[in-house]
Amino acid sequence: MLERLASWLILCMLCTAASAVTVQDDQQQLVEIARPPQRIVSLLPSLTETVCALGLCARLVGVDRYSNWPQSIQGLPRMGGGIDPNIESIVAQKPDLVLLAGSTRGIERLQALGIAVLRLEPRTHADVQRVLRTVAQALGVPGTEADRVWQGIDAGVQAAVQSLQPQARRQRVYFEVSPAPYGASESSFIGETLQRMGVANILPAAMGPFPKINPEFVVRAQPDVIMAGDSSRASMLQRPGWSQMRAVREDRICVFPPEQADIVVRAGPRMAEGARLMAQCLNRVSGGAR
Amino acid sequence: MSSRLVMLWALVLLCIGGAGVLLGTAVGSQGWQVWWGATQDPVMQQILWDIRLPRSLGAWLGGALLGLAGAVAQGLFRNPLADPYLLGSASGASLGVSLYLSLFGGSVLASAWLPRLGMTGAAFVGAVLAVVLTLMLARGVQQTLRLLLAGVVVGVVLGALASLVALFEPQVLQAMQGFMLGSTAFVGWTSCGLMALALLLSLALAWALARVLDALTLGEATAQSLGMPLRLARLLLVAALSMATAAAVAQMGLIAFVGLAAPHAVRSLLRCTHAGVLLLSALMGGALLLLADVLARALLAPQDLPVGVLTAVLGGVYLLWRMKSTSGVRA
Repeated sequence: MLERLASWLILCMLCTAASAVTVQDDQQQLVEIARPPQRIVSLLPSLTETVCALGLCARLVGVDRYSNWPQSIQGLPRMGGGIDPNIESIVAQKPDLVLLAGSTRGIERLQALGIAVLRLEPRTHADVQRVLRTVAQALGVPGTEADRVWQGIDAGVQAAVQSLQPQARRQRVYFEVSPAPYGASESSFIGETLQRMGVANILPAAMGPFPKINPEFVVRAQPDVIMAGDSSRASMLQRPGWSQMRAVREDRICVFPPEQADIVVRAGPRMAEGARLMAQCLNRVSGGAR
Repeated sequence: MSSRLVMLWALVLLCIGGAGVLLGTAVGSQGWQVWWGATQDPVMQQILWDIRLPRSLGAWLGGALLGLAGAVAQGLFRNPLADPYLLGSASGASLGVSLYLSLFGGSVLASAWLPRLGMTGAAFVGAVLAVVLTLMLARGVQQTLRLLLAGVVVGVVLGALASLVALFEPQVLQAMQGFMLGSTAFVGWTSCGLMALALLLSLALAWALARVLDALTLGEATAQSLGMPLRLARLLLVAALSMATAAAVAQMGLIAFVGLAAPHAVRSLLRCTHAGVLLLSALMGGALLLLADVLARALLAPQDLPVGVLTAVLGGVYLLWRMKSTSGVRA
């Protein structure tokens, strides 16, 4: 009798172990997920895009206010942003998993309310691949699917690299992420893409992925090409000395409009598309000048 | 006579607070939402009991802490412009938060004990250490002017350091912005418990020393001649002030004007001794912040306006109006 009970127990444990997964988030915390989540809330655009790239867009029940891709999530309820997530809206959706960045406010609050939270923050190419794998694992998607998606992204980046014309290579680039100004250095995913293109970055990896820089640094470095998001359009040329920079005088500037900037600055599944936009920019400015 | 009036007003403000908590449970992410019919739904119950109720109660408690701290600060410094953040606690809390975020924001040290302290713990420790630093720079509490100047210096320097730490990483900067816009959205039952404890302790301490504050209104020399143990009393009052402020700041972030406006509002209602002012300021602060919070939730629903933004606007308008009406009387 006792033996039968024990074997039954072991069988039970095996059953749950088969469906339960334990994944590690970016803060090295182990998160146990009992069964594949069916109601997911994402509070970071790149994570929203990652879920959709894995083909599970339909499982999203809420996103942050900055998520805007793909089209099918436009109608989903909005749960605030990274610094002001709306705890009540999130709980009201009864999510079984919330995906968010490590710096999001109120994480402890969500955990206290009994909601499984996965903190992921991709910043490099390797991060994008790892986040794809982690999200796939958490959502019960086979790892081969995650690898397939990653191979697609990687091939896309490679295609963008090869589309670069010879005269567009070996230029020195300054990439501005936001007008504070914060730039993208060699160690960010944007810098890594540029590196694969054989293009030099005026911000060395030692400065950290997205360093805050002195505008004078850019003037002194005299980049051949300037790339920036739409938010920098107004203020960039007002900075002292910038109008006299070679790149500005020769109009070797690419300011990405908002919908393109979203693609370029998000470390997610659309990274290849971002690489293509950067390659287009480099081809255009080098073709025009020489 | 005066004490009966105080009790009457205390009762009125307490009722406003109670009504506010009830109101607070009826407004949330969907705007106004009457809950009497919906209590069968387990999610709705969780929203009511674990989100709206602690949040509303927390707003009241936090407001009460700030109101009390404001009344203590204004009495201690004999200055109607004194506010709870005068001794540098706000900047200290900011520095604590920014250091915490930049050290542990994306870190691998999650199993160490320090990160367990959390953002609220870091803010509390930062706020208390800032006041201790101010006391050290002012060499004690004897000279009001020294204390004020040291508080300003500590506030500016620690604030600058906090910005410096945050500037290096855009993510920390973003999270810091969230902290600067104080919000009650993340208050749970634990936070409520901590704030209630801090309120009880600091109110008891300040209440016990209310006679010292009364004596101080006659000038320091007079207070001394009345045989008050001024030095000890001041130290204890600073302790009550910093404990109340640190507890509120740690749980909610920076919330402007409640601490400044609550004692003014009380004094415009009635004239009484400091025992009354302290009690009523706490109740007034609680009612003010709670009503502001309810408004902040309802105004842009389903978006959630950080209540700190709203109190800054409303408090500014109120003080301006007070200034105009009192200067009109004098002219």
